[in-house]
Amino acid sequence: MTAVAETGARSQVTPATVTMAAALNRALADALREDDSVLVFGEDVGTLGGVFRVTDGLAAEFGEARVFDTPLSEAGIAGTAIGMAMNGLRPVIEMQFDAFAYPAFEQITSHLAKMHNRTRGRVALPVVIRIPYGGGIGGVEHHCDSSEAYYAHTAGLRVVTPATPGDAYALLRQAIECPDPVIFLEPKRRYWSKEAAVLEPGGPGLDRAVVRRAGRDVTLIAYGGTLATALEAADAAAEDGRSVEVVDLRSLSPFDDETVTASVRRTGRAVVVHEASRFCGYGAEVAARLSEQCFHYLEAPVLRVTGFDIPYPPPHLEEFHLPGVDRILDAIDSLQWQETAAKAGA
Amino acid sequence: MLPTETPLTLLDADGRAVPSAGLDMPADDVLVALHRHMVLARRFDTQAMALTKQGRLAVYPSARGQEASEIGAVLALRRADWLFPTYRDSMAVVCRGVDPVEVLTLLRGDWHCGYDPYVHRVAPQCTPLATNAPHAVGLAHAARLKGEDSVALVMLGDGATSEGDTHAALNFAAVWQAPVVFFVQNNGYAISVPLAKQTAAPSLAHKGIGYGIPGVLVDGNDAAAVYAAVRRAVTSAAAGGGPVLIEALTYRVEAHTNADDATRYRDTAEVDGWLARDPLARLRLHLAGRGLLDESAVAGLDAEAEAQAAALRERMNTDTAADPADLCRYVYAEQTQSLHWQQRELAWELAAAEEPR
Repeated sequence: MTAVAETGARSQVTPATVTMAAALNRALADALREDDSVLVFGEDVGTLGGVFRVTDGLAAEFGEARVFDTPLSEAGIAGTAIGMAMNGLRPVIEMQFDAFAYPAFEQITSHLAKMHNRTRGRVALPVVIRIPYGGGIGGVEHHCDSSEAYYAHTAGLRVVTPATPGDAYALLRQAIECPDPVIFLEPKRRYWSKEAAVLEPGGPGLDRAVVRRAGRDVTLIAYGGTLATALEAADAAAEDGRSVEVVDLRSLSPFDDETVTASVRRTGRAVVVHEASRFCGYGAEVAARLSEQCFHYLEAPVLRVTGFDIPYPPPHLEEFHLPGVDRILDAIDSLQWQETAAKAGA
Repeated sequence: MLPTETPLTLLDADGRAVPSAGLDMPADDVLVALHRHMVLARRFDTQAMALTKQGRLAVYPSARGQEASEIGAVLALRRADWLFPTYRDSMAVVCRGVDPVEVLTLLRGDWHCGYDPYVHRVAPQCTPLATNAPHAVGLAHAARLKGEDSVALVMLGDGATSEGDTHAALNFAAVWQAPVVFFVQNNGYAISVPLAKQTAAPSLAHKGIGYGIPGVLVDGNDAAAVYAAVRRAVTSAAAGGGPVLIEALTYRVEAHTNADDATRYRDTAEVDGWLARDPLARLRLHLAGRGLLDESAVAGLDAEAEAQAAALRERMNTDTAADPADLCRYVYAEQTQSLHWQQRELAWELAAAEEPR
């Protein structure tokens, strides 16, 4: 983690260039240092430092009692994390890849998500499940799923996904402090993206969306791996004279209605962008909420730019599946601009 | 590490003490306490069955015939230890000290878990199979990391041993040397499926060796043997000896629940055979034979059980008013905006229904 080494001291005030992976590593290190109840475990997170090196150096610094490799069982990892949290610890566990988290699904949905409710708040489970997710890295089968809708559909879970290194740090720190279980989705194609950022635990809350780019004509709603694509599309649209606002959701559950509806009420148009399949995908919820809450402000239907309704494709075909700049621009172009102009002219 | 060929026994079916390799006969006061709690447990169980017939419980999975296993295991735990029960272990949870009305909250349908797990160190009763096993392992490992000597005992049934979570939990516990007692009550059936269709292992206790965990096969209708085996495992685990897998061989005398018809899959003769090996009668014979229990003591105990059942009946026969606002109250530590809206919508809906038309 060169960025960590470069920035050195813990409370850094001037922005330093850091990758998302390094920012996550720093967040884990700072949380482990500040709170003895924090533990990090999973497959290959100890000696190796994780297959994406997000936990690099942590076992050496904090010891094998607090950062350790487990036997290879995602259900076992999630299930034991629940027991540890019942006993006062704050486990931060890693599922190595999105699709490999499915064996833990029962533990996550039937127990982790429900314990606080079923015990009337007597048992809180402050567990963070880090999951590298999404495609765009040339990964073979079962390494590129966007599984956010499964988790977001489950009451009792918070689902968070950072799109920038700075947010990766802040959101992970906040997720670890949160009394609720948090599914922390890390867009793996952004792991090596760099940003000059001040890494600090504060900023917008764990459940807030942020406006990444202000605009007047249309709101692009993105998160995780698609935020960078949305910003690129906004730049391209600006060249065509369209002013595009870009909202980064950050929190998929709960949904920040306030920030998103305020933006869409200003612009009157919205496009949701995500990698996951369209059918019953996260964008369906966003579109439904916008039509319920912003109907009279909308100049056009809310559109979705998403992956196809297919299993994630093999590496040589993924570029055709992933929503790209052109697809987003096409969606923006089809937002009934002529109709609005005609109405204005009439 | 391998279990014995035949179940470890301290009392035979007629209540006579038999020498048993490695198991110490519990002290007299423990035997008397085991008997007392088994009497109370059986009465609780029959009362719960009756409440089902009266419509006061939505469903009740009886543990009749398994009292020696349920009570023997719980009394062998110390206050610092944790119990991870299943839906069939209501009598074990009551024995641990939890208010029986709070235990039956789940089956009455007022809420999912009616008791505070931290008060008596009893996890919520687990309905999915074997998912409580990794919880017990995690809790026990955390206790060790915190320097506490608490042991977690997780209750499982024979059917649950086929689930992946049992495998994961046994393996994690062994690798971590976590202080966990895996207590499998082999009651012969997973609803309707007999053990022969569940496993080809010589016994469920044999599964321990595959994980590097000692397996113990014990007569689950012998309260003295169950207590002794669990106590030994708890003491060893608390001292850093690692996990133990105990299979208690017993029998589910009643159907799976009141909604099940056991005559569709087993013969009455089989049930009768097990009724003749009643765990309560066995211990009573032993205590009476040794002069530790006389008729007046039995009468006193029966009266206590009856009074307890009457109190339970009375408390369960009142209509409860579950608060609809609770639906949206506990999902997160702090209510989300969406749930606040939904709670308000429900309140409006209820207020509108109250208004005169």
